[in-house]
Formats: sequence, C-alpha cells, structure tokens
Amino acid sequence: MIQHLASLPILLPMLTAVILLLPPCGKSVKIRRLVSIVMAIATFAISVFLLVHINNTGINVYAIGNWSAPFGIVLVADMLSTLLVTLTSLLGLGAILYGSAGDDEKGSFYHPLVHFLILGVNGAFLTGDLFNLFVFFEVLLIASYALLMHAGDKQNTRAALQYVILNLVGSSVFLIGLGILYGVLGTLNIADMAQKVSELSGDDVYLAKAGGLLLLIVFALKGALLPLHLWLPNTYASAKPVVAALFAIMTKVGVYAMLRVYTVIFGEQAGALEHMAQPWLWGLAIATIIVGAIGVMAAQDLRKLTANLVLVSVGTLVALIALQNVNATAALLYYLVHSTLVSAALFLLADLVSIQRGKVGDRLVAGRSVKQPFLLGVCFIIAALTVVGMPPLSGFVGKIWILKATLNSEQALLFWPVYLVTSFALLVALSRAGTTLFWEHKSKNSENAECVNANPLQVIVIIGLLACSPLLVIFGGPISEYMLGAAVQLHDISGGINAVLKGGM
Amino acid sequence: MELLYASCVGVLVSCGVFLLLRARTFPVVLGLTMISYAVNLFLFSAGRLTINKAVVLGTGTEYADPLPQALVLTAIVIGFAMTAFVVILAIRGRADLGSDHVDGYVPNTSADNKEQK
Repeated sequence: MIQHLASLPILLPMLTAVILLLPPCGKSVKIRRLVSIVMAIATFAISVFLLVHINNTGINVYAIGNWSAPFGIVLVADMLSTLLVTLTSLLGLGAILYGSAGDDEKGSFYHPLVHFLILGVNGAFLTGDLFNLFVFFEVLLIASYALLMHAGDKQNTRAALQYVILNLVGSSVFLIGLGILYGVLGTLNIADMAQKVSELSGDDVYLAKAGGLLLLIVFALKGALLPLHLWLPNTYASAKPVVAALFAIMTKVGVYAMLRVYTVIFGEQAGALEHMAQPWLWGLAIATIIVGAIGVMAAQDLRKLTANLVLVSVGTLVALIALQNVNATAALLYYLVHSTLVSAALFLLADLVSIQRGKVGDRLVAGRSVKQPFLLGVCFIIAALTVVGMPPLSGFVGKIWILKATLNSEQALLFWPVYLVTSFALLVALSRAGTTLFWEHKSKNSENAECVNANPLQVIVIIGLLACSPLLVIFGGPISEYMLGAAVQLHDISGGINAVLKGGM
Repeated sequence: MELLYASCVGVLVSCGVFLLLRARTFPVVLGLTMISYAVNLFLFSAGRLTINKAVVLGTGTEYADPLPQALVLTAIVIGFAMTAFVVILAIRGRADLGSDHVDGYVPNTSADNKEQK
C-alpha cells in the first residue's frame, strides 16, 4: 500500500468529485457537504502522511501502470512537490468548509469542481512528465473556468470569457513548446530531459532554447508575470471570494513549473543552455513587484487590493527563482506557503466585510460600519501585518530570509530597494484600507440591525488560515529545515535524475 | 513534403492569430480552433515526417515514432472539450452582456456601424 501513496493525492480528489456527482450526493446538500468535507480532510491527512513519509525516506517515484521512466509517466513525490500538495489540500479544505457555510448553494457543482481543481493542482505538482503537466494544467483550468462562473453575474461572464480565451492561447503555446522540445530531445520526462539537454549541439541548442522560452511564456501567463499579468486582478476580483481564495494556489502552479523546469532542465548542468531563463525572469520579476505595488496603492476595493498583493508575491517568488541557489529556493518555499495562506485569508475576509457593510461592499469608501468590528478588525490587522512583513508573524521571517538570501548576489543592489519600498507601499495601502473599512462610518451602528453575524464556520476557516502564520514562526526551526532540505533536493539535479530514471518501481 | 507541411502549419497559425485579434467572440473561437489544428499538426511533426514506416514494433526494421501520435490524440480531445466550453461561454456572454464583443462593450465608431450593416 505504501508504495501507492504518491498517487493518492491525485486519485482521492478524483474519486470524491465523481462520488459527489452521483445521486445521493447530487440531491441532498447535507450529504454533499458531509462527503465533501470528510474527503477533503482525508486528502489533507494523506498529503500530510506523504509529506512525513517523503521526509523520512527521500524521493518516492511512482511509475503509473508500472511503466518505468523514461518510457512511462511517473509521479515524482519529492520534498518540494509534497509540500505544495499539502498546501493545496489545506487550502482546498478551507475553501470547502467556507463554501459549506452557504456559498456552495448559490451555483451548481461547487463541491465536485473544487475537488477537480485540487486533483489538477496536485497532479501538476506531482507529475514528473512535461506532457502530463500540460494535461493536469488543463484539468485544473477547466475546473477553474467553471468555478469562476460560480454564482456569477455579468461581470463574471466578461472576466471568465477573457480568462478562458487567454488560457486557451496559453495551452496552444504550451503544446508548441512541448513539440519543439520533444522533437529535439526525444523525451518529455523531466529527469530524462535534464540529462539529454546537456548533450545537445549545433542547431538543436537554439531549437531547445526556443521551446524552453515558449514554455516560459505559458508559465508566466499562469503565474501572472508582468506583461501577461493583466488577466489576474479582474479575474480574481470578479470571482466569488471563496473561489478567489482557492485560486491563490493557481498562480503558484505557474511559479512551481518555472522552478522545476528552469532549475532542473535548464539549470546549472544544461551546458549551452545553462540558466537560460534567468535574465528574463529577473527583469520581469522586478517589474511585476513594482506594478503589483502600484496596483495595491491604486486599488478601489479590498478584493482588487488582495489580487494585486498576489501579483507582488508572484514577483517576489520569481525573483528568487532567478537567483538559482539553494538558499534563495528555501526562502522562496517559505514565502510561498506564507503568501498563499494569507492572501486566501484576505480574500475570505473581504467577503465577510463586504457582506456586513451592505451596499458599499468591500469598496474603500466610508460606509456602514461592520457588524462585528472587533473580530473582523483583529483578523484584518493580523493579515495585514503578515502581508507587510512586520514582526512577529511569518511575513517578517519570510522577508528577513529573502533579504538574507539575496544579500550576497550582485542583484541585491536592485532587489533590496525595490522590495523594501514595496513593503512600505503595502503598509501604507493596507493601513489606508483598514482605516477606511473599519473606522470611517457614515451612519450609526443601529442601522445595521438587519445584518447577520458571520457564520461561525466562515470565521473558523479565516482564523485557521491566519493561525498558520504564527505557527510558521513558532515551528520556524523544523519548517525552515524542511524548506532547506527541499531546496537542496531540488538543486541536487543528478541525484534527482538517478532517483527517477533508476528508482522507478 | 517538409516545405508543404511547414507552410500549412504556418498559414493556419497566421490565420488563427489574425482571427484571434478580432473583437468579436465568433472569429476568436474560429481563431482558437485554427491554432489548435496547427498545434496538432505541429506536434505530429515532432516525431519527424516519414513515409512507409511500420506503425507496430517488430513488423519492420524502421518504425514511426508512436509518442507524438498519442500526444496529438490527447491534444485533440482536450482541444475539443475546451472549444465546446468556450462556445457555450461565448453564447452566455452574448446573452449576459448584450454584445458579442470579447470585452463586453460595443465601441461606438462609425466604421464599426458600417461593418455591422
């Protein structure tokens, strides 16, 4: 049983989604919620178990159908991918619990779609094959298209149409890139590609470079890197907040694909193509941070503000990918976990605030005061402190680690000022947002008697997501050790190749 | 054969990109379809263009690369589903937004009005 563990984070959500579509779950909301929550907890538990197992035993390669690599498709569960799978399952569990408080009834098929999305994201993290990565991208995309339309209005349709068309173009570019790489390298297994890319010579080098950079376009589109980021703020702001919270993991899939492809395949052992994407990634990442910070300052409502915060975090993550060293990668992983959780919490918080403020919603203008100012206010200030990177929360640790990781590189001259000024801009923008939302009232409290308190389930989810931030600090020792281990494992390219090509069961 | 094949892919892609840049959803969907045809042809050529080679292992000394064919098959299925979805979404957009423009607004230029007539 234990050797099949790596496939379970993919199989379980798939099974759950299918069960949820069948009659007993399809008819009754209660049964549907129960099954969905139980299975989400099971997926999370299995992910944690896999995480612990991988941490103890090293890379686990699962050959699907027992066709060993490079001929068959393999799932590669290493420390990096299992970490992200666990994060996805946790976020999925949060979205399902939050949705069960009422959002799931506003449209059809919420629970199956969330499980399909988890299936796609987990698959994209676990797969060791580039074409399989494409397939899982499509799985998560089609689930996200439908989720984006969940309980939608006209604004949703417009945003969804643009998002879908953009991503379909992205998929075509992905396939062209894969075609070129397959034509040149004769394989699509990531480890095998890493091995063969250094043996290229002559014109093939340029073809492989073209293919690799086409993939960069796709990953930049999924990850919302600068020239291709325009879809993100509108899409995230028009989606239902609980869906947007779940989408916080989707940009990370693009970041993960970049990390995997440009560290393992086109990394330091790639011969003529060594660190191929680095100059592109570096410049675009810095520009993304700046544009994201401007977006945060200019945002008119809390959801757009959070969407732009996602942009800033993507820029930071990609800048760390461009550095291509172990310490930067470890800092990246820590920051990735922290930023995903806190931006999800902020999206959910925006939902509660906008419900309680009535007509003005989450727009940053003076309006009705919220019904539960203390609860939501405390949650908001914790989230804000975490995002900005103030002590004692996880944002601070992440920030120090990032600054330390970039200290010795020559790029620090550019990165430090941009990153620190951005943090200050975020501090200003979030202070302004918090002040307006919680302290500037137009009317008296008595008027919002018709407004109901937030559902306890929703509050629990938000507090749970926010509680991860202090936990990331309290258990900072073991967690940062794990991140370092994962980074070392990722950068140990020959070790990874050996594990995949020779260790397949 | 290579020249013919490559120009076929090229023409399909350029037509697709041209249609993709139109303002209305129907040409955009057609453009997406054309690009996906071109992509399928391109993927197929990744296994090199050969004639008269055995498809099944063991029936000849040289054989055609089977993997691109599997890739194309997968890409066709996925492309088909995605096209169906985008068509439905375009119809929904036409109903919801009152126009078939991709960005949901009808630009008020005289040239556009003439085109509509």
